Amino acid sequence: MSDWQIVIGLEIHAQLNTRSKIFSAVSTAFGAEPNTQASLVDLGFPGVLPVTNEAVYEKAVAFGLGVSAQINHRSVFDRKNYFYPDLPKGYQITQLADPIVEHGNVDIELADGSTKTIHITRAHLEEDAGKSLHEDYAGETGVDLNRAGTPLLEIVSEPDLRSAEEASTYARLIHKLLTSLDICDGNMAEGSMRCDANVSVRRYKNHPLGTRTETKNINSFRFLEQAINYEVERQIQVLESGGRVTQETRLYDPDRNETRPMRSKETAMDYRYFPEPDLLPVVIDDSYVEAIRERLPEMPDEKRERFERAFELTTEDAETLSTNRALADYFEQVATASEPRLASNWVRVELLGRVSKDNFDMAQVPIPASELATLINRISDDMISGKIAKTIFEALWNREASSVDAYIEAEGLKQVSDSSDLAPIVTSIIAANPKQAEQYRAGKTKLLGFFVGQVMKETGGRANPKQVNDLVRSELDATG
Amino acid sequence: MTSDVNSPYQDLSVIRENLDRGTYSCRELTETLLSRIDLHDSNINAFITLSRDEALAGADAQDALIARGEAGPLTGIPIAHKDIFCTEGVKTSAGSRMLDNFTAPYSATVVERLEAAGCVTLGKTNLDEFAMGSSNENSFYGPVKNPWATSHVPGGSSGGSAAAVAAGFCPVSTGTDTGGSIRQPASMCGVTGIKPTYGRVSRWGMIAFASSLDQAGVFARSARDAAVLLSAMTGADPRDSTCINEPAADLTRELNTQLSGLRVGIPEQYMSDLDSQMSDRMADALREMEQAGATLIDISLPHTRYAVPAYYVIAPAECSTNLSRYDGVRFGYRCEDPADIEDLYKRSRSEAFGDEVKQRILVGTFTLSAGYYDAYYHKAQQIRRLIHQDFDAAFNSVDVIAAPTCPGTAFQLGEKISDNIAMYLQDIYTIPVNLAGLPGLSMPVGQIDDLPVGMQLIGRYLDEARLLGAAHQFQQRTDWHLAQPTLKHTTGASDV
Repeated sequence: MSDWQIVIGLEIHAQLNTRSKIFSAVSTAFGAEPNTQASLVDLGFPGVLPVTNEAVYEKAVAFGLGVSAQINHRSVFDRKNYFYPDLPKGYQITQLADPIVEHGNVDIELADGSTKTIHITRAHLEEDAGKSLHEDYAGETGVDLNRAGTPLLEIVSEPDLRSAEEASTYARLIHKLLTSLDICDGNMAEGSMRCDANVSVRRYKNHPLGTRTETKNINSFRFLEQAINYEVERQIQVLESGGRVTQETRLYDPDRNETRPMRSKETAMDYRYFPEPDLLPVVIDDSYVEAIRERLPEMPDEKRERFERAFELTTEDAETLSTNRALADYFEQVATASEPRLASNWVRVELLGRVSKDNFDMAQVPIPASELATLINRISDDMISGKIAKTIFEALWNREASSVDAYIEAEGLKQVSDSSDLAPIVTSIIAANPKQAEQYRAGKTKLLGFFVGQVMKETGGRANPKQVNDLVRSELDATG
Repeated sequence: MTSDVNSPYQDLSVIRENLDRGTYSCRELTETLLSRIDLHDSNINAFITLSRDEALAGADAQDALIARGEAGPLTGIPIAHKDIFCTEGVKTSAGSRMLDNFTAPYSATVVERLEAAGCVTLGKTNLDEFAMGSSNENSFYGPVKNPWATSHVPGGSSGGSAAAVAAGFCPVSTGTDTGGSIRQPASMCGVTGIKPTYGRVSRWGMIAFASSLDQAGVFARSARDAAVLLSAMTGADPRDSTCINEPAADLTRELNTQLSGLRVGIPEQYMSDLDSQMSDRMADALREMEQAGATLIDISLPHTRYAVPAYYVIAPAECSTNLSRYDGVRFGYRCEDPADIEDLYKRSRSEAFGDEVKQRILVGTFTLSAGYYDAYYHKAQQIRRLIHQDFDAAFNSVDVIAAPTCPGTAFQLGEKISDNIAMYLQDIYTIPVNLAGLPGLSMPVGQIDDLPVGMQLIGRYLDEARLLGAAHQFQQRTDWHLAQPTLKHTTGASDV
């Protein structure tokens, strides 16, 4: 297998997070009852016309700037013609010959720490189709046109990727860009970002490219790697046993971890593209592009560097906290209102232990940033111990508490730091464990921890550990 | 001025005055016209749908406005719409079996604006299926007959709207023109028809045939009436991206501009193939203009002969995809008991589209297919630019261009139905104007064997007011536009 070179290009479909559809004024919100978010335009009624939602230009241009691409001053919508029940007009409005963005590139970091430039051929605007629902209709097919007309940016890479890992690294980077630039909500489970992988293999590096297959609609980075790896293995097996790879569209089935042919007549499809006569060419001038450039949010790399600098984080931690924009915003709110390195720990360990970094969605986080900052501040000012803080975090997460301070008060969790309260407890603990006290005094100083633990236990964790430490030590030393 | 509500041929200013004075009410006028339609339309077949109840209710509402002294220029004016404009709650068929069961859930911008201006919609007029045809013989609802001779075609595709005005069923009507579908029937029915600049009138709610060529316009009995009606239809529409972003235009503003000093271009390519009778009618009309002070200038539009072939690539290409939405899934005709989705598509479309529509879908599908696009569609677009440049060059030296609207007068029903080329050549003088997106008007300038002859005036981009002014001045000097056909109805009673 080592003498095979793997060649991968990705087409990433990103749903733009505009409020309304690309050619109608209907909402794009996910999850509504079937066909309740489809207007006459989305249904392709006689006499209706598309009118482009100008917000999509802004998003496409922002992406283009984010990948150092050429923004075409004139781009053209085309019709891609085919019949399918979830395609109401019998054609999809897309951009073929003159896309809005061309010739971009991004640098991905490889496992060995080196970087590699991945070229982006183009990014073009188009409308999404509806959904055909094959389940639940006993042999019939239901059609939901809520998604029809949702704006998509299709981002096409050159076949520069050489492994499944490179492909998923690239896809993650694009995901990070899309969310940081506020172009796409990045929710892969809801299909907001989907990948098509064009995969081929060849014997030697300079041979012509092998016949490729296109595996469509992969909606997680893990599945992307699995699908590519499966496809690579399959193609090599076909070729090594003397067969030929068929150019076709395939579908990845994550339950069986395999790809299967989707349409057999792919090569016979003729989409009869031609310029969409109902829309004028999209004309964008330099001042428009510059205005967007000025409003561009911080890029993920810039943000990571700033986090490193401003919050004194390691590169790795800053990277984790800057990939997803919602997460980064959340962290930044916590970090500016509390001790930044503690904030970094709490967000990375506690929060990301409960919610995925890639699909970070504030709706799933019941703890406002201000409350998490308060929690951290109560540790910093010695009001509570780290251990108690974790139980409070748990309560906040489970919505048993909403205010950190109120909860501390109500549950009596305030740390006991007063020596006059702690001293009698320390004395009684030492008295109750004479054997250990003797061993300590004989030089087994590690036993200090045992006594501290006993005191903490006795106080329900509320004692200030540092205070207890000092008290135990001086008590043992004094009575020795 | 007549004040008799029973006089069917009254122009808008006469109707306006009678309504405002209370000589007759809008309800009386509407009832009179509906009775006239009842009496004669079985011979003409101009209407697919009569909206009698809606029309009478609308008339009462307009009468109330008039009584309150709130009438505008079009308040209470009866109108008919080509059945390709969507009318909310009223069947909108596009002349096709495909939409025979389709009630539009919304109204076209044109309909909406004219209703807002006070027009009372009598009904929806017959047309070639999806506006594809030059004789109105391609309608699911049967052919329209020419009111001047019911053995003859009225022209197409807006044959019903032209015939309705010619027959005195309504003073004005709307139409659409993709390759001549307003001007050619206006010429054959002896009425005035204008297709404005592409983008002058919104296409929202106008069922598409060929999007880059389709344009709404009007039929009337005079240029003045056409100007009043068309003005009310113009203006930017945020629902149509191809609609020109200009406020509503006053296209009556040049009606009183004299012909003296007007430079009229005569394109040799439009005159050289005419028979002697057509040549004579053109010469008479041009002499009339010259006598009024216009200057006639010979011009050349060298790429004219490529217009029809280019059109018959572009229009079918666009129609082949515009008509993909008629798939039997969401609205319109659906075949019985489809076996699967493929069968549903194939049989619904095969059973519900007529031959001409199918032929154009096939041609368009072919010319757009891989390997043929450059040879056909791309080439046709290049020709389109050359034709545009021909007109640009000509308008450097002339203000309007005068030409025949079509090669002859109305032909007989069935005469050209089996000869595609002969039928397509009907539009040889009108098609270049659509390809260039310019305004074009047809007005009656004479008769041959008791059938009307039309002359076309072609104007600069957005120069409709000048076209209408020139036509109005011509009509001040002649009375061809006042000529009326004699209608005979089946029971043999005399004309109403």
